[in-house]
Amino acid sequence: MSILKIENLSYTYNEGMPGATKALDDINLEIEEGTFVGVIGHTGCGKSTLISHFNGLTKPQAGRILLEGKDIWKDYEDIRQVRFSVGLVFQYPEYQLFEETCYKDIAFGPKNMGLDEEEIDRRVKMAAQFCGVTDEMLAGSPFDLSGGQKRRVAIAGIIAMMPKMLVLDEPCAGLDPEGRELILSQVKNYQLTTGSTVILVSHSMEDIANYADKVLVMENGHIYNYDTTEKVFRDAENLSRMGLGIPDITKVFLKLKEMGVDIGTDVYTIPYAVKSLLKYKEAKRRGTDA
Amino acid sequence: MLKDITIGQHFPGNSPVHNLDARLKIVITVLFVVVMFMSTNFPGLILSAVFVLTMYKLSGIPLKMLKKSIKPLLPLIFFTVVLNLFFITGEVPLIKIGALEIYMEAVIFCIVMISRILLLICGTSLLTYTTSTIALTDGLEALMKPLNKINFPVHEMAMMMTIALRFIPTLIEETEKIMNAQKSRGALLDSGTFMDRIKALVPILVPLFISAFRRAEELATAMECRCYHGGEGRTRLRQLKITKDDIRYTVVCMVFFAVILSMKIFFKRVI
Repeated sequence: MSILKIENLSYTYNEGMPGATKALDDINLEIEEGTFVGVIGHTGCGKSTLISHFNGLTKPQAGRILLEGKDIWKDYEDIRQVRFSVGLVFQYPEYQLFEETCYKDIAFGPKNMGLDEEEIDRRVKMAAQFCGVTDEMLAGSPFDLSGGQKRRVAIAGIIAMMPKMLVLDEPCAGLDPEGRELILSQVKNYQLTTGSTVILVSHSMEDIANYADKVLVMENGHIYNYDTTEKVFRDAENLSRMGLGIPDITKVFLKLKEMGVDIGTDVYTIPYAVKSLLKYKEAKRRGTDA
Repeated sequence: MLKDITIGQHFPGNSPVHNLDARLKIVITVLFVVVMFMSTNFPGLILSAVFVLTMYKLSGIPLKMLKKSIKPLLPLIFFTVVLNLFFITGEVPLIKIGALEIYMEAVIFCIVMISRILLLICGTSLLTYTTSTIALTDGLEALMKPLNKINFPVHEMAMMMTIALRFIPTLIEETEKIMNAQKSRGALLDSGTFMDRIKALVPILVPLFISAFRRAEELATAMECRCYHGGEGRTRLRQLKITKDDIRYTVVCMVFFAVILSMKIFFKRVI
């Protein structure tokens, strides 16, 4: 069943003014419940504009957004409920922290939902655990933490609302490899444990390849492609043309193929690369044996 | 909502208004404000309106921008009008509503008031629309230079203004981002009691101040890295030069202002 359906969505910045730019042009999209969707696209292709429509921060100029079959703008009073169902993590979310302690900051969302103390406490602890926020950090001020820790606290603040759909806009920008890995594996863990839908905007093809089930490719306000990760990365030539590229490991396999090695090029993660190389070796050994 | 703020916005262009020397433009704008305060009769106001509209036409700034810059000030204008309408008394009441009397004088005064405020906003907005912040502060610095003699830190003031103006759009953008982030967590910004609304500002102001301080620190470091040490011995990339065209346009404006003021002599009465 699709959790989010977008019909004929269009959005233009500065409409009717000099310098009007069409950010989204007649977008149609359906996202199935429980999938991990990676969103890729060149800077300025409309990714951020698109996701700000998901939880009703931006009102569509044309078209509809259906969350679980219900138009989110049908009832303006319900828009807050939509924001609790679709948790949106912005770029550099650590700049939204404001409370004295991390605990209070993570509790801000659940508190706005009108939950009772006990439930808030349970959710804060749950979210902190998912995001690797220790009890020590919870009791301290968010401003004493490192950049990566702050970001995890900020993401925990969204997860504490237990959204059915978690949308992350470049959650790893500016983090070291260890920090990226940590955040993404925690998000993946959240998706698998709770069965929620995750949408991840990223410029790193490796991250997308490692975590996403499906990939949405955007180009100039249009959807260029929306398919399973394998199928999307098979289209290496066009992705490069868009300035997006493909995972490094896929490049290695394309080069191998070019050098005359008879091997499949639909490889986009390291474990699968190892497997297909071993398979190739095995086949070759058997070939020479015979 | 915040995007509607157009004060301080600049629209690059290549028109006589854009290219006019910044110092002269500031002087003309100041004179325009003075003239607006002095002219109280309709012929003068009509001529001023002609002047402002001609300037907009020349500069190629879309008139739509005017509407945008007037919009946030409408409540203020409305307030002034209502107050004046009922408190100014004259000889013969025009309309009588209960205890309230509206006089002809009040109506005239209100019309003059509205047109004056509108013309003031439009005229002064044109200065920022057509002048980049750098040119604007360069111009101000040059105009205030004589104050250096009495140890007034002219360059430092100008630099502060440049930085402040430069950061207005950045901070607006930042505020919008933070508002969106908190709205995503269910913050209610535009409903509830007065106290609720004040409390709702905390999640926005705290991150905003923190980021403003962070930016200030980064900027200070960046300036120090480029050996900035204040105005002494500093040379400029853009030298301000007054051309023949500048003088010509200024003279035209002055003549126009003189004509507007002379209306006061020809039409002594308010009307």
